[in-house]
Amino acid sequence: MFWETVKLAVQAILRNPMRSFLTVLGVVIGVAAVITMVTLGRGSTAQVTEDIEKLGANLLMLTPGQARFGPSANTNTARAFDERDIDTIIDQLASVETAAPTTSSSMVAVFGNVNYRTQVTGTTMNYLQTTDWAITQGRGFTRAEEDSGKQVCILGDTLRAELFGSADAVGETIRLGTLSCNVVGVLEAKGASSFGTDQDDIVIVPFRTFARRIAGTSDVRLVFIAVRDGFSTDRATDDLTALLREMRRIGPGEEDDFSIRGMEEMASMLTGITDVLTGLLSTVAAVSLLVGGIGIMNIMLVSVTERTREIGIRMAVGAQARQVLMQFLVEAVVLSGLGGVIGVVLGLAFGALGSNMLNVPFVIDPQIVLIAFAFSVLVGVVFGYFPARRAAQMDPIEALRH
Amino acid sequence: MSSPTASLPTDRPDPVIAFRDITRIYGRGDARVRALDGVTLDIAKGDFVAIMGPSGSGKSTALNVMGCLDRPSVGQYLFKGVDVANLTRDQRALLRRHYLGFVFQGYNLLPRMTALQNVELPMIYQGKPRAERDARAIAALDKVGLVHRARHDPSQMSGGEQQRVAIARALAGGPSVVLADEPTGNLDTKRSTEIVELLQRLNREDGLTIVMVTHEEDMAEFADRVVWMVDGRVASMRKTGGGRG
Repeated sequence: MFWETVKLAVQAILRNPMRSFLTVLGVVIGVAAVITMVTLGRGSTAQVTEDIEKLGANLLMLTPGQARFGPSANTNTARAFDERDIDTIIDQLASVETAAPTTSSSMVAVFGNVNYRTQVTGTTMNYLQTTDWAITQGRGFTRAEEDSGKQVCILGDTLRAELFGSADAVGETIRLGTLSCNVVGVLEAKGASSFGTDQDDIVIVPFRTFARRIAGTSDVRLVFIAVRDGFSTDRATDDLTALLREMRRIGPGEEDDFSIRGMEEMASMLTGITDVLTGLLSTVAAVSLLVGGIGIMNIMLVSVTERTREIGIRMAVGAQARQVLMQFLVEAVVLSGLGGVIGVVLGLAFGALGSNMLNVPFVIDPQIVLIAFAFSVLVGVVFGYFPARRAAQMDPIEALRH
Repeated sequence: MSSPTASLPTDRPDPVIAFRDITRIYGRGDARVRALDGVTLDIAKGDFVAIMGPSGSGKSTALNVMGCLDRPSVGQYLFKGVDVANLTRDQRALLRRHYLGFVFQGYNLLPRMTALQNVELPMIYQGKPRAERDARAIAALDKVGLVHRARHDPSQMSGGEQQRVAIARALAGGPSVVLADEPTGNLDTKRSTEIVELLQRLNREDGLTIVMVTHEEDMAEFADRVVWMVDGRVASMRKTGGGRG
């Protein structure tokens, strides 16, 4: 009997395929939106976790000023660091393995007749050490090149491909604004970061070269610090805070005029953003499901009216109210469940596509697939009940006369 | 006016349908209509009864009450000796499912379903397994001479054929009584005669109890007896020449 009812429902739905499809579109969109968003959210979370592991959780970022949101944010009054500060940090603190000043600017790189806008970063070899970034062709900067601010550079893989294609880049000279520099090495390809930027779209020059020839100042506004193995990031942060307060002559009770952030903090910030986005889109999806449900109710009411005579015939041959109710309820549930299935498939397809585009892993969350499907079925039950009850309560004589 | 409250004289015992002073009132206040006004009537097992009467005489209402599609406002309705006047909706549905078959003026077959599926419908609600349904539906179609049309849609059939499928559907559930409401109302004389002859044959060969509402004298003559209704009352009853009595 139950399967007869399901079969009957499927037949009724397929009788008007276009109408049925339009009816469930709301449910399809709602479910697809949830699945897509959650899939991308899970994917980027997985990516962030992987990134932290890749970078090493032992990386700290030091910036002058207090990173604050709102009207009190004021990083300009805080004094920037300089190279001596960094040397002091490396020399004084046992918990610090190494530290690298970093400063960057967006510029056009020119080789031959090819122009390409890229990120120019001035730093030291310590930077490649802290971020565990290998050189695949040529070599890194020598100590002498760093100290004297030589016009040399190391290319990220994207920039190398843009400027040189398949030709050898090492030994060639490229121009960055007014600065001509000799390519000494090429970095290992890293791919996109969790923030969606291409990490290989970069050219690295010695910090002093950047300070003299591009920035015109040797102020350091970002320092990457690697914590030595065997020391916790908390310990290193405490050591750094104490040392910097002393160096920057901050009295007791006064606020720090610098801030130290770990990669975990950055990661949780990013997952926080992902969660907010997922939440927002889930709300949109919920509204879409609601609208989809109303659409189903509407079309089921039409269907009940159209099939009044059928209802009368069924009652005449012995269908009880409950059986008529079930027939239409099952039809609504099959309809919305079908929408749920289409939505899940579409959502996973969009999720896979989006993951590919954003360069994050494609992660299927079976729990959310199940929940989304369950919700679509629930929509059928809730919004199918009223039309089904109307059918079940018909007077057989009136229905037959229809 | 002296209405014939005495029961229909019958030569057969144990009535399947017994109306005892049945009244059916529609509406309320000034709009009250007494569709049935104290009808007392016995229909015995194996009877073929035609109910006739002018429009609004209550013949269809009587059939609806017999078919448990409607319930009397006042009075006692004994179906196989059991009072069913006060059954609930669901109980009446069960009664229809197991003991009653319907034939309507407008055939009332489900569109987009084959003749076979239509005939199987009552048995689906009876919960019969598929194999049994198929066998019995084919047998019922055979009885009305339409086995060769089993896989056809009603839309591909003539009116006479559709009505024969409807009769097969009414038979399929193995009912005690078949109730036919103007079964020939939409058909020409030739087809009408075929349908009523079919009903007569089912009555005579299988002992099927049939109650048929009609307004055509010619068709009523095929029944054993004719009940004439006027203004919700039984005005007269007579045996017919076509009947076997």
